[in-house]
Amino acid sequence: MQRKKECVAMLLAGGQGSRLYALTTNIAKPAVAFGAKYRIIDFPLSNCVNSGIDTVGVLTQYQPLVLNEYIGNGQPWDLDRTYGGVHILSPYQAKTRSSWYEGTANAIYQNLHFMKMYNPEYVLVLSGDHIYKMDYAAMLKAHKKTGADCTIAAINVPLSEASRFGILNTNPDGSIYQFEEKPKQPKSTLASMGIYIFNAEKLFKYLEADDANPNSSKDFGKDVLPAMLNAGEKMFSYQFDGYWKDVGTVASLWQANMDLLGENPEFDVRDQSWKIHSRNPLAPPEHFGENAVVKNSMVALGCEIYGKVENSILGSNVVVEEGATVKDAVVLANSVIKAGATVSYSIIDENVTVGERATIGAEKDPSAEIVVLGRGVTVADGATVSEGQKHEKDILA
Amino acid sequence: MAASAIGIIFSNLHEENVPELVRRRTMASIPFGGRYRLIDFALSNMVNSGITTVGLMTNNNYRSLIDHIGSGKDWDLARKDGGLILLPPFSEKHDKLYTTRLEALSSLTGFLNRRKEKYVVLTDCDGVAKFNISDIVEYHETKNADITLVTHYGKVGHRSDFMLVNASDEGRVTEIKLTPHVKEGTKADIFVNVMVINRQFLLNLVEDSVTHGFTSFESDILIKQLDSLKVYRYDFQGYYAGIDSMSAYYKHNMELLEKEVRDELFGERDIYTKVRDSAPSKYGENAVVKNSLISDGCVIEGVVENSILFRGVKVGKGAVVRNSIIMQDNFIGPNTSLDCVITDKNVVISDRKTLSGCSTLPYFIQKGTRL
Repeated sequence: MQRKKECVAMLLAGGQGSRLYALTTNIAKPAVAFGAKYRIIDFPLSNCVNSGIDTVGVLTQYQPLVLNEYIGNGQPWDLDRTYGGVHILSPYQAKTRSSWYEGTANAIYQNLHFMKMYNPEYVLVLSGDHIYKMDYAAMLKAHKKTGADCTIAAINVPLSEASRFGILNTNPDGSIYQFEEKPKQPKSTLASMGIYIFNAEKLFKYLEADDANPNSSKDFGKDVLPAMLNAGEKMFSYQFDGYWKDVGTVASLWQANMDLLGENPEFDVRDQSWKIHSRNPLAPPEHFGENAVVKNSMVALGCEIYGKVENSILGSNVVVEEGATVKDAVVLANSVIKAGATVSYSIIDENVTVGERATIGAEKDPSAEIVVLGRGVTVADGATVSEGQKHEKDILA
Repeated sequence: MAASAIGIIFSNLHEENVPELVRRRTMASIPFGGRYRLIDFALSNMVNSGITTVGLMTNNNYRSLIDHIGSGKDWDLARKDGGLILLPPFSEKHDKLYTTRLEALSSLTGFLNRRKEKYVVLTDCDGVAKFNISDIVEYHETKNADITLVTHYGKVGHRSDFMLVNASDEGRVTEIKLTPHVKEGTKADIFVNVMVINRQFLLNLVEDSVTHGFTSFESDILIKQLDSLKVYRYDFQGYYAGIDSMSAYYKHNMELLEKEVRDELFGERDIYTKVRDSAPSKYGENAVVKNSLISDGCVIEGVVENSILFRGVKVGKGAVVRNSIIMQDNFIGPNTSLDCVITDKNVVISDRKTLSGCSTLPYFIQKGTRL
């Protein structure tokens, strides 16, 4: 008997995320920490598992160490399976060619043999750059119902932002008649979310054709999807109405973190019906001292809070010493904010030490920019980092 | 150095000391310290000392324990060879279930025979401490002992079963007293229910005891045969919390609010526990949290002071929780006030209730109570 998987997911996780500055110097964008205990990739992976998709290829290329280590055998997502499960797919050397992944389509093309191993009927292509909860099974159901060759998940965006996206121009029945990559004058506000379901045979055919085309940039949005449309393949949009945030910039990453706060947060990670799985820190419960103040914040395990924390997201084992204030900030795991220091409107990466009485950033206001301190940076006692600065190296007094 | 030893954990012994907490669970699965259960400390101590085979003796009420332990993967004990081995009651037909440590051990001869390790480390689940098992086994080895008992110099509590140990300067045990009449609070070297025995020696001992009709490891073997056995004691000088009464349970939980205690128990080596995938805890606009330990998955809108909150606790607006231990998935309604209360799992307290106990006699609310 030949075994098969109905749907295999391919998760593009090779992105550098250069607009995140120091946050992605040593790690790939999907491995960037989010929401006190998560990493961005937890969201598409959890979506897969919650949608009943148990075979996921994760395509890595840029700085894969942290990501590979994090995913491990996939056990935290229940993706350690005897048939299927999560697999890291890195670029490899072959007899006739060996190359880095040259574009999103090329990355998938180079792993045709992986997909074919599972003999799938459908392939779900995902990216590891977004925070959202989505039922891919519902999208697959719609894909089958319309009888499409390719279904593209799409979300309505404000007209003013539409030119940053791939825009789908659709007929009333949802079928796509035009696909415009980052149009100057968008005709619609329906933006592609970079989530595609293909009939596997069609995908394989177009990937092979794309590979043979020397003029192609080997990209889904620019090459493969337009080629399919031009050839008259049946392409449909699948409209998504939930929360969906591209966290590709410092500002959007900061905002997405803040969206977790409040009594009725814009994005809820506590929903028991759609659990977000992640690798869990091994740490005791967080501790608050006698003089601690904590307001409108999310605090992960292992934190020791003696100072003041307001409108902030703190990763595991963060220490906020006596008299220190953290406000409107995202502080990642194992960082220490020493006594009397002030951190405002910032993203502080892992293992950062902010020295005593140091001042990081300024009060948040619409014109201010977010400070970014990269992994392992030490800020000297009493030093000042003005608003908007991005640092990868230690800061002297 | 990894010890050439296997571990055996007794999950049910000493339950009579804390009847409220073990009504529907074992001693081993009593929640402790916000996100742990007592067995996590015993298991982590073993794993951190390189022990990769642990037999878990159960007797009754062990459903919650199995749920907690699963395959043992959260302790890195899902192994091809060894790992965590559940040892549920086993007896020949018509035999009754074992009631003592010795009877329990005699049902283990098959398991003990199949292993190759030289030593067996036996642990009960009534204590919280960070034992370095490698050190204890090494001590046992250098003393060339048959049995090494771990003791801690501390105050005698009001438990129903305890053993005081006297030893020579070299550590050779000279006298063992089983539950003697001493005034509560007297300081003495108390056996902490952790010991090391040579595996082959243990097998012989068990076989010998069966033929002689012995039933108690403590009185029939340790005390009666003390002169002929090489029994040593290992003096453990670190932090030790014996859970031998409700007030001790309360007191030792509260001690975790002291930094030195936390640093000793949780510093350097990890304490492993079951992973629940809870979201990080969220603190609302009006939250006030002071001198407290809060686990993941909580939502705090009210006041929490000098308290320990387990996973998934919700504290409503205007609620005040002071000097209390709130276990997993509790709901503390708006404007409710608790002082010196221990609530077991899944308790729901609606709004505007006032409950209080005192620190020596905390008010206990049973699992699943709705108020």
